[in-house]
Amino acid sequence: MSPKDPYDWSLTRRRLSGLTTGVARVTTVVDVTVIVTESLSKRFPRVTALDRLSVDVGPGVTGLVGANGAGKSTLIKILLGLSPASEGRAEVLGLDVATEGAAIRERVGYMPEHDCLPPDVSATEFVVHMARMSGLPATAARERTADTLRHVGLYEERYRPIGGYSTGMKQRVKLAQALVHDPQLVFLDEPTNGLDPVGRDEMLGLIRRIHTDFGISVLVTSHLLGELERTCDHVVVVDGGKLLRSSSTREFTQTTTTLAIEVTDSDEHPDGTRAVREALAARGLDTHDGSGLPGAGRILLLTAEGEETYDVVRDVVADLGLGLVRMEQRRHHISEVFHDGADHANAPAAGHAQHAAADHAHHPKEAAGHGG
Amino acid sequence: MAVEQPMRTSAAPQGDQTRIHDIGYRGYDGPRLGRSYARLSLYSQSLRGAYGLGRSLKSKVLPMLLFAVMCVPAAIMVAVAVATKAKDLPVDYTRYAIIMQAVISLYVASQAPQSVSRDLRFKTVPLYFSRPIRAADYVQAKFAALASALLVLTAAPLLVLYIGALLAKMDFTDQTKGFGQGLVSVVLLSLLFAGIGLVIASVTPRRGFGIAAVIAVLTISYGAVSTVQAIADAQGSTHTVPWFGLFSPVTLVDGVQSAFLGATSAFPGGAAAGPSHAQGAVYVLVVLGLVAACYGLLIRRYRKVGL
Repeated sequence: MSPKDPYDWSLTRRRLSGLTTGVARVTTVVDVTVIVTESLSKRFPRVTALDRLSVDVGPGVTGLVGANGAGKSTLIKILLGLSPASEGRAEVLGLDVATEGAAIRERVGYMPEHDCLPPDVSATEFVVHMARMSGLPATAARERTADTLRHVGLYEERYRPIGGYSTGMKQRVKLAQALVHDPQLVFLDEPTNGLDPVGRDEMLGLIRRIHTDFGISVLVTSHLLGELERTCDHVVVVDGGKLLRSSSTREFTQTTTTLAIEVTDSDEHPDGTRAVREALAARGLDTHDGSGLPGAGRILLLTAEGEETYDVVRDVVADLGLGLVRMEQRRHHISEVFHDGADHANAPAAGHAQHAAADHAHHPKEAAGHGG
Repeated sequence: MAVEQPMRTSAAPQGDQTRIHDIGYRGYDGPRLGRSYARLSLYSQSLRGAYGLGRSLKSKVLPMLLFAVMCVPAAIMVAVAVATKAKDLPVDYTRYAIIMQAVISLYVASQAPQSVSRDLRFKTVPLYFSRPIRAADYVQAKFAALASALLVLTAAPLLVLYIGALLAKMDFTDQTKGFGQGLVSVVLLSLLFAGIGLVIASVTPRRGFGIAAVIAVLTISYGAVSTVQAIADAQGSTHTVPWFGLFSPVTLVDGVQSAFLGATSAFPGGAAAGPSHAQGAVYVLVVLGLVAACYGLLIRRYRKVGL
């Protein structure tokens, strides 16, 4: 994004809650940037975990997406000041990770990906202990623990040993220990791992609340882009330690929206799908069938250029006298980002203004088989 | 003129009906006491944990039982000494820990893995290191906690003996000197045993392995050294006996205290086999070197564990 881009200034508030490339930081977000990395590299003897990664993360909920082994956990370790970078520099909350690690760790929370809870103590005892390890005096530790456990949704069960908890409850305890000292920023490493769909939704809602209700910024990692789209203001995609994309969640789904359409048949048009396809072709819209997906043959896919496309489809279907069974956005599969990510990496914010209003047909339907 | 307050404000308008207020999220702007406080908290939590305090009833059983086993013989000796109006205690202060070494070893074997293997096994260590403390703080807190727990275990019976001796109206200066020497000896023993126990336990996340390995190192080495010393003594090379004593923790402590703390050596061959002052200096150096080495190894180990 060019620093002179008028959008950058006119919607400063929104931009601030976001994440831009290193260039933009010089202009507007210098005071509120939560995380900055500048050509950050981490090389191990056999593998390069991070390769000249430069990102800026502002306040809000930021998703860090990448396949397993893309360098997400390595980045978190560096940002906590626990692992020196091979090259480049990074700042968290304005503190240099190389020299002010202890100060950073006092102000941030960390929820690891793996299990980290001893089974033979209760959630209360454990979180109180962790609060004291963050420097809270004993009484404050106890009060904050009670508050935090309530906020993450643990009530009576918090007095029982953790060994008897469900996966969802354990994840809540892990989250509580990351929040108990009221940090300014939390790192959540794969918080939805191992949860069932309901638990996953609850966890995502909770993550959203960490920012909206608690005022704490969040950096959350996942290998599923789909779930981060719903939760995050901004998403950073890394692959092989390199930055693939860094942009607001809106742009991700709206730069190229694929519409899926399904219509009914009528006596006049025994093959409604075909009739619509021909009518759309006459209006200059190319369609293709969603082969390989459930309901293939009955579903038409087309690329929405903007808001007009929705109107065209509506008019065409109405003119033919058919019923519109569905018209929905097909969201990006993470692999698509990887495929065309290279094209976008250098111009992450390009052309998002004109898509701002396309809120129609907002039924997220994720393509089958997420995964890195 | 009540203006509707948003839910987040906790101040209820005066005279209003009872309402339930969702006070929402409250931040924390109180003090953050930093690294040294966190290290102290970890120390006190670990020390309490070494006696099962703040943990389940089941985990209190063994440490409390061992503590009782350590103290009861001392209490019996005191009772006998008081009843018979003895002029001296049946056992020297310095000798008591050597006699009870099996109990002490068992305690180290059970509590060292409890202290560090659990954190490794349940991967709690990364949670500590994502906070202000560093590997060195963690190691210092755990080392100090186990050494303190051992000191409580070994010094408590000495205190029983001392109080008993004074009640029996034994010679005050004599008893105080003996008690002091005994205390120095158990401090060294606590540091040495805690270091060895923690180094072994920190290698394995499996508690069972940790327990077995600590027992093996502490008791088998003592058995082997004693056997070799006995053979050397029987072969008539009494002068080599003290040198063999350098190879097990218990004989190390025994050697130090018989050289400098007025104890009678428990080595085969009796008092004559005890180390000379020069040899004793070597013993002291080895003990301190071992404690330092254990600390260094622990630091190295936890640098690697990281996140």
